[in-house]
Amino acid sequence: MQALRYARATSIDEAVRMLREGGETARVLAGGTDVIVQARERRRVIDLFVDIKHIPEVMALEYDPQHGLRVGAAVPLYRVYGDANVQRVYPALRAAAHVIGGKAIQGRASLGGNLSNASPAADSIPAMMALDGVAEIAGPNGRREMRVDEFCTGPGRNALQPGEFIVALRFPQPAPHSGQAWERFIPRNEMDIAVVNAACALTLAGDTVTAARVTIGAVAPTTIMVPAAVEALVGRRLTDDTIAAAGTAAKDAATPIDDMRGTVRQRKHLADVLVQRVVRAAAERARGN
Amino acid sequence: MVATPQKPAYKVIGTRPVRPDGVDKVTGRAAYGADVVLEGMLFGSILRSPHAHARIKRIDTSKALALPGVKAIITNADFPTQESGTLDLGEGSANPKWLVDNVLAGDKVLYHGHAVAAVAAVDWHTAEEALGLIDVEYELLPFVIDVREAMLAAAPILHHDLRTNVRARNADTPKDRETNIAMHMRVEKGDLDAGFAEADIVIEREFTTSQFHQGYIEPQNGTAHWNHDGQITVWTSTQGAFSVRDQVATLLGQPVAKIKVVPMEIGGGFGGKIPVYLEPVAALLSKKTGHPVKMWMSREAVFQATGPTSATWDRVKIGAKRDGTLVAADVSLCFAAGAYPGSAVGAGVLCALAPYAIPNQRIDGFDVVTNTPKTAAYRAPGAPAAEYAVEAVVDEIARALDMDPLDLRLKNAPDEGDTNSSGAPWPRIGAKAVITAIKESAHYNSEIQGEDVGRGIALGFWFNGGMESSSSVAVNPDGSVSLILGSTDIGGTRASLAMQLAETLGVPYEAIKPQVVDTDSVGYTAVTGGSRTTFAGGWVAYDLGQEIRKRLTERAARIWGVDVSAVTYNDDATITGTDKDGKAQRFTFEEICRRLPSTGGHIAVSAMSRRNTAGPAYAGHIADVKVDRETGKVTVLRYTAVQDVGTAIHPSYVEGQIQGGAAQGIGMALQEEYWYDDQGHLRNGSFLDYRMPVANDLPPIEVILVEVPNPGHPFGVRGVGEVPIVPPQAAIRNALRDAIGVNFYHTPVTPTRILDELLPRA
Ligand SMILES: Cc1cc2nc3c(=O)[nH]c(=O)nc-3n(C[C@H](O)[C@H](O)[C@H](O)COP(=O)(O)OP(=O)(O)OC[C@H]3O[C@@H](n4cnc5c(N)ncnc54)[C@H](O)[C@@H]3O)c2cc1C
Repeated sequence: MQALRYARATSIDEAVRMLREGGETARVLAGGTDVIVQARERRRVIDLFVDIKHIPEVMALEYDPQHGLRVGAAVPLYRVYGDANVQRVYPALRAAAHVIGGKAIQGRASLGGNLSNASPAADSIPAMMALDGVAEIAGPNGRREMRVDEFCTGPGRNALQPGEFIVALRFPQPAPHSGQAWERFIPRNEMDIAVVNAACALTLAGDTVTAARVTIGAVAPTTIMVPAAVEALVGRRLTDDTIAAAGTAAKDAATPIDDMRGTVRQRKHLADVLVQRVVRAAAERARGN
Repeated sequence: MVATPQKPAYKVIGTRPVRPDGVDKVTGRAAYGADVVLEGMLFGSILRSPHAHARIKRIDTSKALALPGVKAIITNADFPTQESGTLDLGEGSANPKWLVDNVLAGDKVLYHGHAVAAVAAVDWHTAEEALGLIDVEYELLPFVIDVREAMLAAAPILHHDLRTNVRARNADTPKDRETNIAMHMRVEKGDLDAGFAEADIVIEREFTTSQFHQGYIEPQNGTAHWNHDGQITVWTSTQGAFSVRDQVATLLGQPVAKIKVVPMEIGGGFGGKIPVYLEPVAALLSKKTGHPVKMWMSREAVFQATGPTSATWDRVKIGAKRDGTLVAADVSLCFAAGAYPGSAVGAGVLCALAPYAIPNQRIDGFDVVTNTPKTAAYRAPGAPAAEYAVEAVVDEIARALDMDPLDLRLKNAPDEGDTNSSGAPWPRIGAKAVITAIKESAHYNSEIQGEDVGRGIALGFWFNGGMESSSSVAVNPDGSVSLILGSTDIGGTRASLAMQLAETLGVPYEAIKPQVVDTDSVGYTAVTGGSRTTFAGGWVAYDLGQEIRKRLTERAARIWGVDVSAVTYNDDATITGTDKDGKAQRFTFEEICRRLPSTGGHIAVSAMSRRNTAGPAYAGHIADVKVDRETGKVTVLRYTAVQDVGTAIHPSYVEGQIQGGAAQGIGMALQEEYWYDDQGHLRNGSFLDYRMPVANDLPPIEVILVEVPNPGHPFGVRGVGEVPIVPPQAAIRNALRDAIGVNFYHTPVTPTRILDELLPRA
């Protein structure tokens, strides 16, 4: 690791100023579970860490049925999945947060970091996209918002402008009779990078799907929405056939690569399997809601 | 659970006392290599090859040397020139010429991660920074990773001076052309053709196994100080302090008298911490700078450059009669040695068919160099791959004959007096006892239920080593006994050796104070490896105990003024007899020890033992698995390891060894493997992507200890540490066949490979 500077921001404005002044080689430090590893392995040239964990807004988690959920960007994952409202209302988010790394990692790692790091295999991103998440961004030109499904632009790349960072992530209150689920496939039972991950949120009227969002990860340069799977589901009765059609749509939408973690054939197949599984699990929950 | 009830009424052996090093280890006080801090210490780091195979045309260190804080840089040229030869490492050997080129590359780099140059600097970060400033000009060469390709005549050649050492009668392997095949050996007995002619069925299969790493938690490290008087001290994490001393002496061209090696606590080795990597480099950097130099490896370097196992390509052909008698076997094993010759194929050859008494057999072994790290010993080196292939074919024979796989194995298991593959008779062995214990186990007699579940069994064999151990003891006036050891304590040997001395003397375990010391403080002791330490160290402890008994008896005789024949040392450590007045006398152990200083002095004894009576070890494992057909994921539902352990000195440590070996073997069976890209780069040099099992990947591993005492040891000890890694790959593979009807011919059987079989072909 190279020598670098560490600065602690205590307000949003201070963080923006530090990032802007730090330029190209300044980096937000949230939990550090990605960025400290990258710095140690010299995969990135970093001269300045701007620690955002001492900004109260960035560390707050709020929920009310009116406005939904707002998670500060650096709130550690154990607080996300440990929150009773998250567990009850956003089980897909809970599930993703609960498996990232292990206990030690979850004490530090954040949703903001998982999203900004923009790994194609990031585990919380499919969940956040399926839940219609929105990122609240602060920067030199003030605040703006961006949908999570538009945030990642490539492996390790995101749509933030210089000096910008994520303050919080917002998720709307789910509609009545809706359900959500998240799954990933890893060869081990923990401490592994997803070969494929997937999430689904859907709303039922009786047996008919009235709305759905389906996402898959680790099968393209970024986590992707699968509109064809949504088409296969919305307006239809949820039968084995419609579920299979959603799975096939996911398989067709997937454009994975062969690498040490999996093959094209395996990943396309798993996209199908996992999407079917999350659709079933989401529907199960929707029936109970 | 112990399956054999009768054994001598030991008092200490078979109990489970607390280990002497326990408190220090759980409180973090135990000192490991990384804890070494010396006045004026510098930090060393190594530049590694980004290429799989390249000629080093030029190394320019000027920019790096100019970086403030950098004190010295060395390359291979700084080492004395080495002649070809053989250096015994304990478990395996090394040619100094190749060893030095592995420590720092000579004219070529031979694998991704091969050490090229080393820097010493005032701190670790500066040393790392300096690596980036060393300019190396490479001429890229074609490379070969796969053992099959490396054997082809047209393969890129790693060593142009290498010729095949043919140790096989009637073999037509060429001996005088450029090749990557360093050695061809053959072991045979009986008449192969006649044997196969007798067979009712013959099954022949081909297998490949991936390269696995030992995966110890503690990375390699080494600190060295080359003093101004020429004395060199090395602190390191090693399985064999004397082996490090000898290797360092050879590589530095120094007499062993100049070198003292201090073994630190060790965070695992499994065979991988026998060859040296950093120690001679740290020593040379120390010589150049006049300061102590400390080095340690990153995990990535550990994966890239320290001993993995061989990737292998194996063929097994076995013939059987309809009644299940195995009549002939033809086995061929090709092991990738990595960059320099010296894989464990020889041991693989001798182990492959050891679980069976097959009259007609031939086993060929090929040692093949490839552009991958030089392999090192890994727990029963060579045996897992060889026996996996044989156990898979035996399983297919049982299926083809519609025989219970255990019955088939029992029918063909060897007994005392049967001959092994090289024609020597087996001593007392537990092969049949192990199979019988499996048959009687609750696990084997339980039902397996559900869809896509299956059960597999496999046997395993390992020779176990004897070799040399030394110790000294000092009897203290308070009745305690100091036991000085030269064996690094990996699996609880301080305790297991102290227990054997306590048993010999008849004193409580707590009276013995074991201590592991440096190479200047105890006699030559071979590596903690080859499952030899409790065996050989136990022999020394026994010999020393007998000598103490004898001397205490003599002392009592002198005190009582009688001949020693009138004095008895009893098994409860009391000494009884009659004095010169004919009066009955008695000393407790403490009483006589208290009298030592005033009756002629303390007692101190040293001994060395080198016996070749190590008892071979047999094991049999049962695995139940469940396969998720949609994802290819395998869950190990239940796992039982049965093993002949001779005598379990400390049953908890024996069970721990067996569970550890099984866990590593399950990792090999299902998920671990080296992954090279098309540039020959190792891409998964991290615990994240080199997937050793984590705790929740494994079921509880049940252990059944079978005790068939080794007649070649005073307490019946057999080595126990290595054989448990042998059966898992085949046990799991055979269970998968049972579960989903697919025979796999490669390990690991990852979800990717399972889906490849289960998904319809495109
Ligand atoms: C052992 C281990 C296991 C892991 N397992 C998993 C896993 O199972 N699944 C998974 O998805 N990931 C895993 N990870 C990766 C990592 O833990 C996650 O991506 C985590 O969510 C990152 O969050 P963080 O707060 O630590 O991010 P940091 O490392 O602090 O930051 C990550 C990147 O995002 C930037 N950043 C952080 N916060 C913001 C912000 N608010 N605004 C703008 N930029 C920001 C940083 O500058 C940096 O570039 C693992 C990591 C380790 C070390």
